[in-house]
Amino acid sequence: MSDLLDATAREIARAVAERKVSALEMAEAAIARVHARDGAVGAFLTRTADLAREQARRVDARLADGETLPLAGVPVALKDNMCLSETRTTCASRILEHWIAPYTGTAVQRLLRAGALPVGKTNLDEFAMGSSCENSALGVTRNPWDLGRVPGGSSGGSVAAVASGMATIALGSDTGGSIREPAAFCGVVGFKPTYGRVSRYGLIAFASSLDQIGPITKTIEDAALVYETIAGVDPMDATTVARSVETALDGLREDLRGLRVGIVREFDLAKLEPDVRAVYEQAYRDLERLGAELVEVSLPTADYGVATYYLIAPAECSSNLARFDGMRYGLRVEQADVGATYEATRAAGFGDEVKRRILIGTHALSSGYYDAYYVRAQKARTLIARDFEKAFAACDAIACPAASSAAFEFNAKSDPVSMYLMDYYTIPMSLAGVPSLSVPCGYVTPAGARGPLPLGLELTTPLFTERALLGVAHAYERGTQHGKHHAPPSLESAL
Amino acid sequence: MASGDIDVAYVAKLARIALTPAEVERLGAQLGTLLEYVSTLERLPVSDVAATAQVIPSTNVTREDVVRPSLPRDVVLASAPQRQGSYFRVPRIAGEPS
Repeated sequence: MSDLLDATAREIARAVAERKVSALEMAEAAIARVHARDGAVGAFLTRTADLAREQARRVDARLADGETLPLAGVPVALKDNMCLSETRTTCASRILEHWIAPYTGTAVQRLLRAGALPVGKTNLDEFAMGSSCENSALGVTRNPWDLGRVPGGSSGGSVAAVASGMATIALGSDTGGSIREPAAFCGVVGFKPTYGRVSRYGLIAFASSLDQIGPITKTIEDAALVYETIAGVDPMDATTVARSVETALDGLREDLRGLRVGIVREFDLAKLEPDVRAVYEQAYRDLERLGAELVEVSLPTADYGVATYYLIAPAECSSNLARFDGMRYGLRVEQADVGATYEATRAAGFGDEVKRRILIGTHALSSGYYDAYYVRAQKARTLIARDFEKAFAACDAIACPAASSAAFEFNAKSDPVSMYLMDYYTIPMSLAGVPSLSVPCGYVTPAGARGPLPLGLELTTPLFTERALLGVAHAYERGTQHGKHHAPPSLESAL
Repeated sequence: MASGDIDVAYVAKLARIALTPAEVERLGAQLGTLLEYVSTLERLPVSDVAATAQVIPSTNVTREDVVRPSLPRDVVLASAPQRQGSYFRVPRIAGEPS
């Protein structure tokens, strides 16, 4: 069984469907592995062994009834900003530390309906605000490749769970890079679909015009499988798009012949460390070797992405997080009157980064500053989206780094702006809403690292072209096999 | 856009977050740095550009106005910091009658 835990979701679902192994045996194997490994990694805030067993029994019964379940018996880890009924859902925040979700979100529900087994809720930067997972108020998650380094963020627990073999697949959420950057840091696939493709119902809101749920997996094929399962219109989220979801699994390409891949002029690789740069230069050559024609494209406004994002996202966050006032759920710090109760509750419940973002957003939306900050940022967003439209007139997909470096050590980014710049390569795609993913593309060994650390290639295509995006990524993955070259070294010592 | 210009104590009041004087100083400095960074947007010519609130071409999404089951009252009230019977118990909002 533990061998199967290292298989892909497709392989597991097939073995379970053919009754070579039961879903309950898969659940027990996954529970045992989480028990053995999570002490070292710290991916989970809540383990859900009983739920996994219950769900496994249901899956086995449904298979016995002749149902076809595309994710039968596949262990899944869920980022802890997604509601799972009767389970603690914390957003890694003191303010929700003891909150029990009263319902299950749509994307999670769809995975369960497809037969996946929930093994636990994973750590994140508080309310998904961060790029290293260090902003969690409830736990430390370590990078399985080097336990002295961060897993990336904000979906740090989800990527660490998949990278360390404790879950076969995971869900993350991505607002400005929170799936793609950590996936790159932990050597797994992280995929943010087009904004509006996956329901946000049951995802605790951070920045509603940007938040998107997506899969974290070991292979592109599994990303396509999970995407097909969770995508599609949902009456509970009016921003889901009422257009049919193209199948993705049958669009996975073997090569890149006939495709133009855009290399972004402004993303100058000379800005990167030489070893990182060499990996990306090789990645571009590999795209060419696989048949793609490389063309230079321009995203002239992309340099303003981080500044634009750090007005829009905090503005939306300051509004969304106003609901945490200690009245109906979560922490309450009772004071003499209601105003003082609000202030004391939010002071005690939110960590520094959440406070910073609420304050900057409140400022940007306040009287006298609204036009200068918020409206200007919304206009910059228009220009960034237009840049992508123009670029995609000249190419079918854009390739660039997912992050400017490999995973860094804990406490390495002490000032907020240097942390924000970690999302330099992922934010423009979020602002434009386009589908984007990170796929492993090589390794570097920085001074002081305990071994090789993975890097990710970010691939991006136009709105609603997930099928094409996964097709390109599959050809790259198959033609390079970077995801298979190494296993995180920490796993040996953890076992 | 006046870069670095933020009255943290005032904004914290608007945001309903109590800050200690030390926090006002520390967060104020950090937010000042961030505001200076975002002020680079001043260089972008945007006067003729429409604002983008969201990127997906959908407008006026409506649904039938029908009664649907909601969450059970007890399940929702189980999350309440304080409850009294079938109500949320909250601090006094109105003042004493004068």
